[in-house]
Amino acid sequence: MKIHEYQAKEILRKYGVATPRGIACFSADEAVAAAQKLGGNVWMVKAQIHAGGRGKGGGVKLARSSDEVRQHAGRILGMMLKTHQTGAQGQKVRRLLIEEGADIAKELYAGMVVDRGSQRVCLMASSEGGMDIEEVAAKTPDRIHKVFIDPLTGLKDSEADELARRIGIPDASLAKARPALQGLYRAFDETDASLAEINPLILTGSGDVIALDAKMNFDDNALFRHPELVAMRDLDEEDPDEVEASKFDLNYISLDGNIGCLVNGAGLAMATMDITKLYGGGPANFLDVGGGASAEKVTEAFKIMLRNPNVKAILVNIFGGIMKCDVIAEGIVAAAKEVHLNVPLVVRLEGTNVDLGKKILAESGLPIISGNNMADAAQKVVAAAQGR
Amino acid sequence: MSILINKNTRVMTQGITGKTGQFHTKTGKEYAHGSACYVAGVNPKKPGESYEGIPIFATVKEAKEKTGANVSVIYVPPPFAAAAIDEAVDADLDLVICITEGIPVRDMIRTKYRMQGRRTRLIGPNCPGVITPDEIKIGIMPGHIHKKGPIGVVSRSGTLTYEAVGQLMEQGLGQSSCVGIGGDPVNGMKHVDIMKLFNDDPQTEAVIMVGEIGGSDEEDCARWIKANMKKPVVGFIAGATAPPGKRMGHAGAIISGGKGTAAEKIAVMEACGIKVTRNPAEMGKLLKSVLK
Repeated sequence: MKIHEYQAKEILRKYGVATPRGIACFSADEAVAAAQKLGGNVWMVKAQIHAGGRGKGGGVKLARSSDEVRQHAGRILGMMLKTHQTGAQGQKVRRLLIEEGADIAKELYAGMVVDRGSQRVCLMASSEGGMDIEEVAAKTPDRIHKVFIDPLTGLKDSEADELARRIGIPDASLAKARPALQGLYRAFDETDASLAEINPLILTGSGDVIALDAKMNFDDNALFRHPELVAMRDLDEEDPDEVEASKFDLNYISLDGNIGCLVNGAGLAMATMDITKLYGGGPANFLDVGGGASAEKVTEAFKIMLRNPNVKAILVNIFGGIMKCDVIAEGIVAAAKEVHLNVPLVVRLEGTNVDLGKKILAESGLPIISGNNMADAAQKVVAAAQGR
Repeated sequence: MSILINKNTRVMTQGITGKTGQFHTKTGKEYAHGSACYVAGVNPKKPGESYEGIPIFATVKEAKEKTGANVSVIYVPPPFAAAAIDEAVDADLDLVICITEGIPVRDMIRTKYRMQGRRTRLIGPNCPGVITPDEIKIGIMPGHIHKKGPIGVVSRSGTLTYEAVGQLMEQGLGQSSCVGIGGDPVNGMKHVDIMKLFNDDPQTEAVIMVGEIGGSDEEDCARWIKANMKKPVVGFIAGATAPPGKRMGHAGAIISGGKGTAAEKIAVMEACGIKVTRNPAEMGKLLKSVLK
């Protein structure tokens, strides 16, 4: 799960990481009021969407008066903000963060991820802040420094200080850097984050160390123990089809092809996407109905796939293990009757109770194209999607 | 021969009183030598009870002492599953197979940390389990699609593993053991650990390695194969069409920071001499083609 910058900063502040003072706003009036409340004479007007690269896309502006705050807020709110992470159509801006200006002496980077190689949490820091860290990693990997954190001790004082020195924080500011880095780790650990990034982490003219931007993602598997994080979820930022699917416990991801795919199991679902592409088509979605799908769940899965106007044919690929083919077949028949299926449907069944499943489909009288195996089914669905 | 489990393995089920645990304990017991293999269940609240004639104990330690069980399979719900692994490791079992899907990564990091220096092996979590055909089945895979034979199968996925097995059977090829190592980013044995066992197993003549996007386990395994493997290995990597930054069902199946793509994995595997098919319908055929 992702959250907004202002929400990530709220969390980081709780763990002792310094940030600029700021107020989240939903209108230009609120933005002006926020600037007045914050005081000072320089403010940042920052678009809040769940994507990086907002500055380059025109979603972050500096204002030197209330009028400028109003102007920028009015222009940014409601705009379709396009960044390298939003896709071509962009993401609509519905929230702003108004922040006090900061005196930037140096831009640095600090980020945390789960490192799969060491099976530990890794804190990465760099002297090259404000840039895309993937770019830094590609061009100057020697400027990224890493600490693999012992889960029992956390980030030790000595480790924090050593890392701070390596990214160019002067000794006089080490006492400011330590709470920032240790707070970042504790926030990551205690909220079950999957990613936490401060880019840039700045050194100010007076030697303070401040998180000027913040990004946090969380482990979906741990949300059951974080109701406070679930409350921060912003459904406007998520794909509506994916939101709908999640209500039925379906793993669904929208893609840009024209073949709807309904599969049991994540690995087989990916392989099914791949094989449609291999035979000249392309997947409209990833969809794993899971091991214990009921007829109702299959019906919902069909409805969600058919919401996508690009879908020209549907491929059902099931290798029954726990999932019995007859249950899937009944689900398909029920769904086809309920949803008014208006595109060709190719079904490939294999595994537990396969004969019974095929019999149910054959006797349903539905115009279902049967695939004998994965390759046959993929070729047939590609042909059907192309109207052949 | 086989790897990890055989007909002499003695299994306990942690989470034997839940619906999933009961269903798969029963099907495991009914498979091949299963009635001799499944000897114990664990539930701290129901010691003294039994399921399908299998006695239930309060702790893993007691179940091991009373029945000689050396392997456990875990169907405990996600919030408690990492602690269940810890208990099995503390009881010094040979092998723990954790089927549970949805364990928080933070819990698994701590569990892996505790396992350092311990001899207990871990398969999973979020995996279908392990089967040694015609001997023993521990997990959720359909037993009837398998047959004893010379091919080893290792995979991060469940149903895609069944697909590979189905294709092998079409070629008339049985399996020595099939191991699902699971789809989580922090897990137990990796591709390379399983490959080492297949390399040393006299029954195994060739191996199918099924991978997917995310992480670099397949690359690590490929490099080891190049330097050490005495048997042919073929591969498939799922997710060539997966977009970056999206979690494709499995918690570990995600391309992040441009890393962990199918193209990258396939390139390394091929550079290490592994034949890789882009077509998931041709895993069986490809394996057949490399057999002597």
